[in-house]
Amino acid sequence: MKGLSEKDKQSAQRTDELKSICREIRRMIINTVADAGAGHTGGSLSEVEILVSLYFELMRIDPARPEWPQRDRFILSKGHASPGYYCTLARRGYFPRERLREFDGIDSMLQGHPCMLKTPGVDMSTGSLGQGLSAGIGMRLGGERRSLDFNVYVLLGDGECQEGQVWEAAMWAGARKLRGLIAIVDCNGVQLAGTVAETLGLEPFAAKWEAFGWRALTCDGHDMQEVVSTLAQAKQSAADGPVAVIARTVKGKGVSFMEGKYEWHGKAPNDDERRKALAEIEGSA
Amino acid sequence: MAMNVGDMVAPRAAFGEAMVELGKQNAEVVVFDADVCASTQTVAFKKAYPGRFYQMGIAEQNMVSAAAGMSTLGFVPWVSTFAVFLAKRAVDQVRVSVAYPRMNVKLNGAYGGIPTGKAGATHQSVEDIAVMRCMPNMTVICPGDPYETQLAVHAATAFKGPVYVRTIRCPVPVIFDAAHRFEIGRSYRLHEGSRLTIIGTDMMTPKALTAARELDKEGIAVRMIHMPTIKPIDEAAIVAASRETGRVITVENHSRLGGLGGAVAEVLTEYAPCRLTRLGFPDCFGESGDNEAIFSKFGVNVENIIAAAKQAVADQ
Repeated sequence: MKGLSEKDKQSAQRTDELKSICREIRRMIINTVADAGAGHTGGSLSEVEILVSLYFELMRIDPARPEWPQRDRFILSKGHASPGYYCTLARRGYFPRERLREFDGIDSMLQGHPCMLKTPGVDMSTGSLGQGLSAGIGMRLGGERRSLDFNVYVLLGDGECQEGQVWEAAMWAGARKLRGLIAIVDCNGVQLAGTVAETLGLEPFAAKWEAFGWRALTCDGHDMQEVVSTLAQAKQSAADGPVAVIARTVKGKGVSFMEGKYEWHGKAPNDDERRKALAEIEGSA
Repeated sequence: MAMNVGDMVAPRAAFGEAMVELGKQNAEVVVFDADVCASTQTVAFKKAYPGRFYQMGIAEQNMVSAAAGMSTLGFVPWVSTFAVFLAKRAVDQVRVSVAYPRMNVKLNGAYGGIPTGKAGATHQSVEDIAVMRCMPNMTVICPGDPYETQLAVHAATAFKGPVYVRTIRCPVPVIFDAAHRFEIGRSYRLHEGSRLTIIGTDMMTPKALTAARELDKEGIAVRMIHMPTIKPIDEAAIVAASRETGRVITVENHSRLGGLGGAVAEVLTEYAPCRLTRLGFPDCFGESGDNEAIFSKFGVNVENIIAAAKQAVADQ
C-alpha cells in the first residue's frame, strides 16, 4: 500500500469489505437454493456485486424502517433472481437470515418471486418479466409530486430486455427526461434455454438505450470497485435524466461448473454440488 | 351535469365529469391515459388538472405498471383506456403490477361491450368482465346508467384496492335519480313480480327494465334486479330470486361466457338451482354497425328479453 494516500487506503479497504460481503452472500445463495431444492441460482450469482454496491454502499435506506418515505427504492425486475435479493436483504438486516430457510416453502414470506406484501424491504412485487422499469417510472412520478428526491434503482436481466414493455418504459422515461431513475442490466448473456445472442440478440445494446434518450454506462459487473464507481456515477447523472448501467456479468459467477451455463438458470444444487460450490466460493479472492 | 330520469346521456361523458369533480375533492387522484382521453372523456380532467394528468402514449402495458408504482406513494391513479386494451393487452400488468400487490389503482374500462362507434370486433370488449372477474383482489363494477356511473367513480375511489369500472360509450337512458344509494356489492330491485327474475347489468339494465314494464302490461309480473357489482356479486339476491320466483334470466352487454350470466350460474348451481337463461353475446366476435342493430342481430335486445321471459313462462 506504499504511496497510497489515506483516502485511497480506506477505499481499498472498503472494497475488500464489500468483496467479502459478496462471498458471504454467494454462500448464502447456494445454501438457500440447496435447502429449498429450488430457485434461480445462475442469475442470483451474477447480480451479487450490483446488489452489494446498492445495499451496502449507495442507497439511502434504513433496514429498521423499510417503509421510510425518503428511502431509495429498489425493484428486482428480473424477479426470478430472488435468492440473491433475499440473501442481500437478510445480510443487510431487513430480516433474520434464519428466515432464508423458508425460501420457496409453504406459508413462507420468501416467495419464489418477490412479493412486497410478504417480505420486509421489497418495494415492488415482480415475477412477470418486463414490468419493473415501468413501476419505477411510477414511483419517481410519485416522488416528484411529493417533492421527495429518492432514486429508484431497477435491476433487469438482459434476456428480460426482449420484453416490449421494457422499451415502452425506456421510451417514456427518455422522452420525459425523468430524473432519479436508474436501470441496471445484469448482462450475464444467458437466459433460460440458451445464450441471449442465439435466442434474440440485443446488440448494439448501449446504443439502444442512448437512442431512447438515456445516458448509458458500462462496467464489469464483478469488479467491485468498478461497479461501485459506475453506479455512483449513474446516481449523480440521474439528477439530469434516466441512466442505464450495462453491467457485464457471468451467469453462475463464482462456481466454475455453473458459470455461463443456461442449465443453471433455474436449478438448485444437490448436496454434492453444494459442497463443491461453497468450497469454490470460500477459496476465491 | 343536470340529469333527469329518461334523459339520454353517455356514461363516458358522465364519467369524465365525475373525474373532474373527484379531482377537485381529492388531490391524491391522478389520471393515466394512453392517447384516448378524447374518447374516454378524461380530457376534461386533463384540462382541469394538467399536472395530475399523465399522457403515457400508446403504450398500455407501461401505463398500467407505472400507475401501480405511483400508487405506492399514496396516490390514487385512475388508469383509463378502452376495455379491450385494459382487460387483454395489458392484462398481465393488471394482474402482476396491480392485483397481486393489491395496489390502490382504479381501472376505467371504457367502451365496454358492443358500442364503440362502429369500430367493430377489435374494439368491442365482450370478454373484459370475465377476465377481470376471475382475477384475485379485483372488484368489478358495471354501472347501469350515467348517474350510477358517477356514483361508482366516487365509491371506487373510496374503496382501498384495485377496482375495474366499465363505462359505456353511447347515450343510454338515465334510470336513477338522487334517491339512489350506490354501494359496492349490492344489487337493486327495480321492478317487482313473482313469475321470474331478470337480472341485468350495465347498459342492459335499462333494456331489462323496459322489458319488465312491457311484460307487466301483458300480465306477466317479473322481478327485475340491477347487478352493478359483478364481483363481489350479491349472492343473497340471486338465491332469493331463485327461491322466490323459480326462474332467472340474465342479460348483459358481454359474452354469455364468464360474465354476469356465468357469475349468476355459479351462485345458482351451488346454492339454489333453478333454470337460467343467459342472454348475452354468443361465443363469436362482433362486427361494425349500429349498436341497436348489433344487439338485435345477436339476440341481446329488449325484444329478446321479452321473448326469453315468455318462453320461460311457457316452460313453467
